[in-house]
Amino acid sequence: MNKKYMVSFIAVFGLFLIAWAGVSIGLQWVFGVIIPYLAVLVFATGFVRRVLGWSRSAVPFAIPTTGGQAKSFPWIRHARFDCPDSRFDLWVRMALEILTFRSLFRNTRMKLSGGKLSYQLEIFLWVGALAFHYAFLTVILRHTRFFTEPVPWCVQLLENVDSFFRLEIIYPQFQFGLPAVYLSGIVLLAAVVYLALRRIVIPSVRYISLASDFFPLLLIFGIAFTGIMMRYVTKIDINAAKQLTMGLVTFHPTVPAGIGAIFYIHLFFVSVLLAYFPYSKLMHLAGVFLSPTRNMLASTRSYRHVNPWNYPVKVHTYEEYEEEFREKMVEAGLPVDKPLEASAEAAEKE
Amino acid sequence: MNDKKLIVTGLVIFLIIVLFPFWYNRGRAVPPPEVKLTEQAKAAKECVLSKDYMRSEHMQLLDLWRESVVREADRIYTNPKGKQFVMSLSNTCLDCHSNKADFCDKCHNYASVRPYCWDCHIDNPKENS
Repeated sequence: MNKKYMVSFIAVFGLFLIAWAGVSIGLQWVFGVIIPYLAVLVFATGFVRRVLGWSRSAVPFAIPTTGGQAKSFPWIRHARFDCPDSRFDLWVRMALEILTFRSLFRNTRMKLSGGKLSYQLEIFLWVGALAFHYAFLTVILRHTRFFTEPVPWCVQLLENVDSFFRLEIIYPQFQFGLPAVYLSGIVLLAAVVYLALRRIVIPSVRYISLASDFFPLLLIFGIAFTGIMMRYVTKIDINAAKQLTMGLVTFHPTVPAGIGAIFYIHLFFVSVLLAYFPYSKLMHLAGVFLSPTRNMLASTRSYRHVNPWNYPVKVHTYEEYEEEFREKMVEAGLPVDKPLEASAEAAEKE
Repeated sequence: MNDKKLIVTGLVIFLIIVLFPFWYNRGRAVPPPEVKLTEQAKAAKECVLSKDYMRSEHMQLLDLWRESVVREADRIYTNPKGKQFVMSLSNTCLDCHSNKADFCDKCHNYASVRPYCWDCHIDNPKENS
């Protein structure tokens, strides 16, 4: 039993109980209007403050990670996107990193096989991360149907693509698949379970996992689980739910009667995630754009990176030193660059 | 510094995207959809099952009906009150709710749901039962 994930689990379960209890005693206004507004406010201001704080911090050294051959002689092949030398290559490198998580793809695992050390491609973290992030993005974009009226065509298109597979299970006792199954929701749930299990099961990963790793995973699990539950199993009155969300974004908050408690639990989880976001590791959303190991040019051989912390240092060059002490140096028999006579003649000419 | 301009630009773009629902709706009030019942539906008072159940689960019921008619050739549905209905979207459901535009579509459009029922039904001639 690991304290770190138990603490996170208890925290998420506690949040669930808070929302559930709050709604049962009639605090729909608090959980449906006040907390979501506060959460969005905390998210937006916290996010901006965090990024502006980062923008103020200096980058004293050029510390790009080099993943390949730097630009050198023309007959040595330059790894353009692993060791970018131009702005264009840098943008390509950043785009590949942000959109395809290229550095996770490089992950290798050391293994001793038959007394020989070998490196194997370890791809599952990359696959899980890619599935998780893109499924989550799709889920978030899809949710704009609850915040727009009329729903933009692009959101409708996304919904159509997402519900492309028609999975229907029909038994008199058990039915699943109507309304249409969104693949992204199921992929999100599966990926978040994989990423959480990975941290719990693999000993080396468990050792470096903290409560701040488990908490967001479990919270997102809670969000995905309640969302899937209320779409396919314990259905809620979706139009009442949209009335509430539309009320929020049009600043005419209303709390229609008859929305199940599971909706408020879902909304509370999302609010907690939003409020927690700017103060957690989830800020890698902005951080990935700002990490100096990725977004700096690996051109330290051709350009000098000037430390912005540099202030004008008062220097005393050797020339000035010799000028000051030449006579004493000659007296003491120390070698000088300009002999005494030469410097005297030079002074006379001037 | 040059980077600062870039960061602030990125931040502004991010905020515009994230706060999209707020400026898209620009604070105007969006009334919830009002479903109109036909005289026949008003007179019947209750649907096949209770109103709350129908509101959230009608798609499951229609799915079961389709299964029953198409696969098992059983066309008669008996509700818990013992009342019998012919399982047919066109002949039973749309007989009472003949105003698709004011009944079905109102909520479906609001929730952005495009059920595939209408791929075949409604515009076609009535089924021969």
